[in-house]
Order: sequence, then C-alpha cells, then structure tokens
Amino acid sequence: MSFSLILEMFPIALMFAAPLVMAALGGLFSERSGVVNIALEGIMMVGAFAGASVTVVLEPLTPLAPWIGLLAGVVAGMLFSLLHAFASINLKADQVISGTALNILAGGMTVYLCQILFHQQRTRAFSSGLRKITVPLLEKIPVIGPILFKEIYPTFYVAMALVMLTWFVVFKTPFGLRLRSCGEHPQAAASMGINVYAIRYAGVIISGALAGLAGATMVLTQDIQYTVTSVHGAGFIALASLVFGKWSPWGVLGAGLFFGFAQILAYYAKDITFLAALPQEMFYILPYVLTIIALMVFAGKTVGPKAAGEIYDQGKR
Amino acid sequence: MAAKTEKAAKGRKVLIPLVAVALGFLLGSIVVLLTGKNPLLMFNAIIQGLTGINIATGGFNPRHIGELVIQAMPIILTGLCVGFAFRTGLFNIGAEGQLMMGSLAATAVALTVKAPTFVHVPLILVAGMGAGALWGAIPGYLKSRFNVHEVVVTIMLNYTALHFNNWTILNVFTSVDRVKTAEFPTTALLKDPWLADLTNGSRLNWGFVPVILAVIAFWFILEKTTFGYGLRAVGFNKDGAKYAGMKVDRNVVLSMVIAGAFAGLAGAIITTGTFSFGRTLSSAEGYGFDGIAVALVGMTQAPGILLAGLLFGVLKSAGPLMQSAGIPREIGGIIQASIVMFVAMKLGIERILDLAKGKRAAKAALAATADGVGEVGV
Amino acid sequence: MAYIIEMLNIVKDFPGIRANDDVTLQVEKGSIHALLGENGAGKSTLMSILFGLYTPDGGSIRIRGETVRITDPNVANELGIGMVHQHFKLVHNFTVTENIILGLEPRKGLMIDVRKAASKVAELSKLYGLDVDPNAKIEDISVGMQQRVEILKMLYRDAEILIFDEPTAVLTPQEIHELIGIMRRLVEEGKTILLITHKLKEIKEVADTCTVLRRGKFIGTVAVKDASEARMAEMMVGREVSFSVDKGPAAPREVVLEIQNLCVRNNKNLLGVKNLSLQVRRGEILGVCGIDGNGQTELIQALTGLAKIESGSVLINGHNVTQLPVRQRLDRGLGHIPEDRHRHGLILDFRLDENLVIHNYGKAPYSRYGVLDFTAIRKNAERLIEEFDVRAGKGPATFARSMSGGNQQKAILAREIDRSPEAFIIAQPTRGLDVGAIEYIHKRIIAERDKGKAILLVSLELDEIMDVSDRIAVIYGGEIVGLVDASKTNENELGLMMSGSVRKAV
Repeated sequence: MSFSLILEMFPIALMFAAPLVMAALGGLFSERSGVVNIALEGIMMVGAFAGASVTVVLEPLTPLAPWIGLLAGVVAGMLFSLLHAFASINLKADQVISGTALNILAGGMTVYLCQILFHQQRTRAFSSGLRKITVPLLEKIPVIGPILFKEIYPTFYVAMALVMLTWFVVFKTPFGLRLRSCGEHPQAAASMGINVYAIRYAGVIISGALAGLAGATMVLTQDIQYTVTSVHGAGFIALASLVFGKWSPWGVLGAGLFFGFAQILAYYAKDITFLAALPQEMFYILPYVLTIIALMVFAGKTVGPKAAGEIYDQGKR
Repeated sequence: MAAKTEKAAKGRKVLIPLVAVALGFLLGSIVVLLTGKNPLLMFNAIIQGLTGINIATGGFNPRHIGELVIQAMPIILTGLCVGFAFRTGLFNIGAEGQLMMGSLAATAVALTVKAPTFVHVPLILVAGMGAGALWGAIPGYLKSRFNVHEVVVTIMLNYTALHFNNWTILNVFTSVDRVKTAEFPTTALLKDPWLADLTNGSRLNWGFVPVILAVIAFWFILEKTTFGYGLRAVGFNKDGAKYAGMKVDRNVVLSMVIAGAFAGLAGAIITTGTFSFGRTLSSAEGYGFDGIAVALVGMTQAPGILLAGLLFGVLKSAGPLMQSAGIPREIGGIIQASIVMFVAMKLGIERILDLAKGKRAAKAALAATADGVGEVGV
Repeated sequence: MAYIIEMLNIVKDFPGIRANDDVTLQVEKGSIHALLGENGAGKSTLMSILFGLYTPDGGSIRIRGETVRITDPNVANELGIGMVHQHFKLVHNFTVTENIILGLEPRKGLMIDVRKAASKVAELSKLYGLDVDPNAKIEDISVGMQQRVEILKMLYRDAEILIFDEPTAVLTPQEIHELIGIMRRLVEEGKTILLITHKLKEIKEVADTCTVLRRGKFIGTVAVKDASEARMAEMMVGREVSFSVDKGPAAPREVVLEIQNLCVRNNKNLLGVKNLSLQVRRGEILGVCGIDGNGQTELIQALTGLAKIESGSVLINGHNVTQLPVRQRLDRGLGHIPEDRHRHGLILDFRLDENLVIHNYGKAPYSRYGVLDFTAIRKNAERLIEEFDVRAGKGPATFARSMSGGNQQKAILAREIDRSPEAFIIAQPTRGLDVGAIEYIHKRIIAERDKGKAILLVSLELDEIMDVSDRIAVIYGGEIVGLVDASKTNENELGLMMSGSVRKAV
C-alpha cells in the first residue's frame, strides 16, 4: 500500500467520517440525558433536505450559500427533534417507537416537500456544495500535513471542533454534570433540585441540531442533491459509533473515523493487492458486521448511561 | 382503571387506532391544504384505490383492487413479523433484512429446482420462510445469549442482507444486466393470467392465499397454543413467567425465528408473484418499516394487522392516482407516519393514566401495611 | 423551650387510609429526636411532609417559630431541612465530590471549579468527622461511606435540620457505631437531628427524645433517658384486644420443611440471612415475624428458588432441594404464595382463567398436543372461583389487572392450594387487603393446616402472626432471635425481640 494511496484515501475517509461523528455526538447528548434517539437517521434526512434546498435556492445570490445551507440543516434538525422530545418526555411514549415513527415521517415528509418545491422526488441539483480547502501553513508539515490539511472539506474541522466542544461541555461544565446525572439517575438529580424534563429537552434538541448538521454536511460534501437514499443508514452507523465509542466524544471520533475508512475501503480495495480479490459487497457489509461484533463484545458490560431509555416519571421517587 | 374485561380491552384496542387514523388523515388534509392542493382529490384517489370506484366519474376499475392487494400483501406479512416479536417483548426492526433473505432463497429455489408448479411453488415459499427464520434467529440468539439489544443488531443485519443479496444475484446467479436474474420458469410463479384478467390487468397473484393462512397462523399460534401462551407471558411479565418455570431464553429465539419466517414469506411472494425474477436492490424498499407501522396501528392483533396492512396498502396503491391529480404521492407516507406517531402517543397517554390510577392504588396499599418498602412508605 | 420544628395536628390522607391522624411533633433545636413506630405507623409520611414530598391535608408547620408551607424539596432545602433517604440517591459512576456538588456547582468561568469543590468537601468532612475520599467513585466505596456522602450533600447546602430515614438498616455494626458518633458530632456543631427508626437499642443510645406513632396516630413523646425499652415497645405495638381467629389446637407431626444453617446474600452483597435454622412440621403453622428489612425477603427467595443460597440447605420431606430450580421445587411439594403478587404471582395482563393454570397449562386436560383447551381452562376457573369465593367482574374472562387486591390474592391462594403442596410458604398474604378478605384468607390457611400441610407464614403484620400461627419465630438482623409458642407470648415480648432488644434462646 503506497503512500500516495493513503494520500488519496485519507481525505475521502475524513469526508465520510465527519457526518458520522457529528450525528454520533448528537446521539451522545441525547442518550447521556437519558433519551434514546433512534431517529438520528430521520433527523439527518431532514437536515440534508434543508441543506440541499437552501443551498440550491441561494446559490445564485451568494457564495456563502452552502454555509447557510449547513445552518438551515441545524435549524431543521432542531425543530424536527422537538417531536421526539415531546412524545418521549411529556407523553412518555416508548422512545424506540417514537424514534422509528420519526424515521418514517422524515422519509415521507422530505420527498413530499421536494415534490412541492421542485416538482420531482429530489431536490434540484446545486452546482457546487462546500468547497475543499487547504490550510496554508499546516499543509507543509511533513507526513500529516498533506493528509490532514490539504484539500479537506472544512466540515471535518467543524466536526473536530465539535468533538472538543462536546468533551468540554459534557465533562467540565455544570450543565454537563447535570446532563449526565439525568441519564444515570434522574431521581437523584431531581432530589438535588434539577429539572429533569428541561435537561432532557436540551439533550434531545442538541442532538437534533447536530444530526441536522450532519445530514446537511453529508449532502453538501458527498452529493449534488438530496434524495430519499442520501443518508442510507448513516444515522444508524452513527448510533453504532456511539456504542463503539462508549459514549465518549473521543471514542466517537475514533469510531467515526474507523467507519469512514471501512466505507471507502470498498472503492479502493481493487488498488490494494491483498484485498483486491475480495468481492466489493463484502466491504459494504464490513461496517455493519463490525458494529454487531462491537455490540456483542460491549453489551455485557453496561457502559451506556444507566437510565437511558427508561421513562422518567416525576411521581416516582 | 384499565379495561376490566377482555371485551372492554378489545374495545379500547379498536378505539385507539381508529382515532389515530382519523387524526392522521386530518393532518394529511391540512398539509395538502397548506401546500395549495385540494384534499378531496386525495380522498377520491384513496377511495378509488380501495374499491375501484371513481366517485368523480362514477367509473369502476377492478385493477385498483388488484393493485391494492399487491401492495398490502408484503406489509401485512412484515406486520405479522414485527407484531409477533412485539408480543414477546422484542423490537424486531429487521423485517426488511429477513424479507430480503427470503427473496434470495426464493430466487435460488426458483432458478435451480425443476419441478411441477404444485411442488415448485410451495418449495419456494418454504425456502423463503426458512431463510427469513434463520436471519431472525441471529438477533434472537444474540439477545438471549449476550443480552445485545435487538434494535441495532437487526438494523445492521438489514444492510448486511442487502449487500449479500446483491453479491449473490450478481455473482452466483449471473445477472443479465446487473439488475435482475434470468426469468423464472413458469412453474415457479405465483402469477396467474386468470387473476390478472379478473382484475383488468393488475398484478394480482395467488400470493394472497399464503398471506391469509399466515394471518390465521399468527392468531392461532399466539392465542391457541401452549407455546403462544408462554410467549405472551414472557412478553407481559418476564419475572412472572420465569417464576412459573418458563424457558425465557429459548422462547426469545423461537419467537424471532417465527417472526423472521413471516417476513421471509413476504420476500418469496414478492419475488415470484409481483416479479418473476431475482433483483439487485440499490436500497431497502421500506417493507420493514411499513411492517412496524402496520404492527403498531394494528395493535399487534391479527385482525388489526390485516386491516392496517390494507389501509397502508391503499395509501401506497393510490399513489399514482394521487400523483395524476396533482398531489405528491408522498402524502401517503406522511399520513402513515402521523398515524404511527398518534398511536405511539395514545399508548403513552394511556400509560400515564394507568400509572396515575395504579400509583394511587399502590400508595393506598402500601400505606395500609408496609413501611418504606421500595418507594415512599407511610 | 426553643422548638426548631413544630408539626402541629398534621393530617394526611391517601385513598382509603388516613396515614397521619392528628399528629403533633415538636423538636428542640440541637437535639436528636427519634420517630418510632411499626411498619405502617406513619413515620415516613410525616417526614416526607416535612421534606416537602407531600403536602398535609390538615394542620400546620412552624420552622424556627415561623409558619411555613413546604411545597417541594427545594423549599425544604431553603429552610435548612435535609433528608438522608433510606435508599440512597447517588449517581453510581460520579465521584463523591460530584455527587455532593450536583445542582450547586462552584464555577470558574464556564467550568466547574473542581479544586474549590474538593476543598469545600474536605473542609466539611473534617469539621464533622465524616471520613470520605473526595475522588472515589460511588460504586467503589462502602455503604457506610456512601451514607456519609448523603450526609455531606445536606451539609454542603447548609442544612441545619437533618432527617435520617432508617439509617442503620444497611450498615454493619461497626458502621452503626461510627454513625452514632457522627450524629453526636453534628449535634455538637449545632445541628438538629430527626431519626426515623424501629430499633429501640439505638434510640436508647443516641436519642434525647422520642415520639411514638401507631397506625397513624400520635401516641406520645417521651424523654428517652426516662423511658425503658419495654415502655417504648409497648407504646409501639400495644393495641386493644384483638379478636383471634377461631382455631382449634394444632396437632403437629413429622418435620416436612427443614432449613439448616441458611446463609443468603442480599442485594447489597451483605449477608441478609445469617445461619438460620428452622423446622416446620406437618399440621402446624410457623409464623415468622419481624420488622421489614431484617431478612424475610431473602429467606423466602432462598426457599423458593428465586435467590441463590450461599451456604446451608433446605429439605422438603427429606429431599435436599437446595440446588434445584424453582420448577422442580414446586414439583417436590413446595407451594408458594409470593410476597409480590403483581410481579411473581400473576401475569396481570392475562385473564383470570389463564392465570389459574400457569403451573400446569402444558398438561392435560388444559392442553393436548400443544393446543390449549379453553373450555377445560374456563371450567377449572369456574370451579376455583366458586370454591374460593373469588370475585371477578366478568368471571373467568376478567383481566387479572382489574381485579381487586383481595380477589387477586384469593385467586393465587386458590391456585396454590389446589396444587396440594406439602410445604407451603406464604408471604404477606393479606397485604393491602380489607378486613373481609383478610378473615377469609386466614380461615383458608388454617384449613390447610388441618388438612396436614406444613405452613411457613411470613408477615410484617404482628396481628396476623399472632392470630394465625401455632409457633412464632422472630427474625432480626437475618437471624432467629426468638422461637415461642403463640399461646404463651404477647405483643410486648414479640415487640422487644423484633426490635433487637431481647434474644430468647432458640
């Protein structure tokens, strides 16, 4: 495996990894507050749709269109996640059912809006999404320079920044402490005067923002328009990254990168001699099978937030 | 308190989805209105899809009924699949993958076995059920042995099945154009020109027979057999079931096996009924998620699943009719998802009501005798 | 007389029961005041009102002389009231310090000021002699230290009034000793302590005053140094003459259920049952009484196969069943009316008739070749309903969930008695039931005794034990501390044994 091959593969892997990491961080906030969010996939779809639509509409007006598109993805994700928050927290609906319903809704809703706005089952193609950038000085660093700082989508750096921000917020701030307490032992948190409902709302809305951003990123870096298959399971892989990464921001980064590489392995297998003989589909399957194995290995040890998925009832003490 | 008798419970089980359906259609109508279209056109399309009758023109075309059955069949089966697992306390999101494996097995038997129709077709259906059952056994086993939550595993297996199917179609059955395999021999097909003629050229096939048998089997297994009794007990109260001596782990696996068989059957029926060849898929076709919707709205009961399957089936089959009336067909998906959300919320609301009543009763009981046992005592 | 707390004429109702009936509690500043009573006396309710978890239906509360309305725990906190719960509210994978500062974190800019937090905790810890490791995770420390963290949580919020709810229930004797020392230290520093307990010895050791409640009513307040344990026990359990159930004398024969040196761990990994031995004979009812939390649950679970036996053995009719799973013990002649009828006794979402065949639904006549025979199942239910007077709205088709507690229990009783077990373990059979149901169930239990069954009756209701049993064993701290003839004992003697003050040679 030559160096030039790695040079080629890395940026693409980072491109795949960025949305996975963002969405997984969203899942982290939600689950750490105690709400399981299976709807990451649906929220990503909504974010992707918003991102693509806003970009193609604003393109003729400003070169900043893709960035506004990303912002639109964030907002759309937040609004959509409110449904999950309301159903699971206020109405105490089963969180897995609510999340699944939202995934179905996202599919129908986004394509419906495409039909209304663009008269076809996809958004109109934009001419250019986000542009790759090269960081001026850093690209000159031997070895890692060309890999990490040359012709990389800026959203990868956004993802990195979010990882560090998440780590800081969740583990160093009072909000983070309270967030985690709601996910581990909401009754204890309540007995200390913390409003568990409010914290869980915050957790779900933040997950909506991040997953929406992830979806918009995905469509703006990997595609030219939004279709119903744009996200193709990335939301679920992000969930797997969360488990794989043991609910920690750095773990999630690692897992996301891992899955990102696993995804492009399919395209580059033929260039790597000892992998070339294997069928392409095997590489497609790789991330999913790895997830199952990861779950088998980690499931026995309860590493997730202890009270995630449990319906919190203020009356119960 | 919650329903006192079976009759009252049945009453509630009918009321909740009915209200949810009404609300879903209401929401759909509002969405259509907000985007500048006429909801009445939507309803006309749906009625036409359901009965073949076009209210506006007064015409009748049985083809729509045939298409309705085509659309409803697979999702009734995946609804049975999800519903069966649900009754045992399991979330089977893997109906899609189990269906695909069933499709694949059906393709294999269709292309490789030579036999007269009355042998070939049942063999294909059994192969489909077997493959689906096997694919369902995996998450069942992982759950009972390693306590891995079935939700993510089944989703991962869906994608795995997708790619495995594609590889097999492309490499083992050497597809002609990278999209489909060779045509199946007519002995393998569920299609029948007689049925097509009866319904004015629809794709109606004999698949509806195994579907009806499956619905009956679902009902019979769960309600009438000792095995079903054990499954239901585990689904309602795992501790109580364990205490009564039931083998919980074994039941978990068997339940997923049967659920997978339902989905596998759907795959077989699609492959040899709606189509007549194996196909590669660029993505999941959504039968699995539709099955979840059907199971939930059908309140995991056999008759409910049948009706919900027909309802969501017509939302799909009336799609082209809606499209030609200027309404994007995806409104069907929006209505479907809304109905599911409303059912989920209704169940959630129920739970709050039950909890409130149960809590007060429990407090009174605790207050009467024990002290500080568990929750706040007296 | 400076009362820091005055709860005057407090009334609190729950559906069907008056938990606090005109209760008055007055506590002097700087004292340790105990609240004594049996299960169901009203102690926890009263303290929950003080801590803002409930609001009273009648009466008033004055703190430091001012009338207040305590609507939720935050208000209680502001008034300087803190509560150490019986079931700790600690986040298992947070550190000691994180648990203490949760909700009131010291800040440095946007971050938590970890150093300031740790130093404040260390400071409080030193001042009150509460030895904790600020950086240890809760899941790694001992129960005693966990309790100290709970105390520090209150002190961190400047609580002046500290309520302890059954604090010694989970501690080892050494830790109890340390806790008593801590309580004295707290009082030295000006705190006031309210101690909810049923343990007379501890009250004598550490409390200044004691208020006794019985069945929701205020019995009296005594100065502890002037009151004997016997007097306090009498206040706790004494009642009007209770009618006893009509029962003939027992005629016990050979031993059917033999428990030898049983040791069982509880869910806190301590020994819940310590070296316990008992024998139950054919044709007798052996009642086991004690205050909740002294090992009854662990004993029953071990006997029925729901919990692992650490050491010792259980024999039914001479057969060693110690290692057998539940099903097989039932087959060997064990019968069990479970403590938790909703969790283990019934499948609430099943119909009544389905519940009645839960042990033998797989056999004829209830099923053949795997298919259930609902006619047979229904007929069986009809027979049992008739025989045991089970009231269910729509007969066999009624869902168990909608039956009243009394009838649910009768159904379980019917099912189990119908199986004709040799050794019958009956736990809390009349919990939450009305007088009529209680009477009926007692009659049936005695009838079974007369048929020659060996019955082990475990109950928290002293009345029940005394009315129904032939012999009585008292359990305290996981051990049998007394074994007496029912006709030769009285409430006071039992009360003293139940609270650990007296041990009668077994």
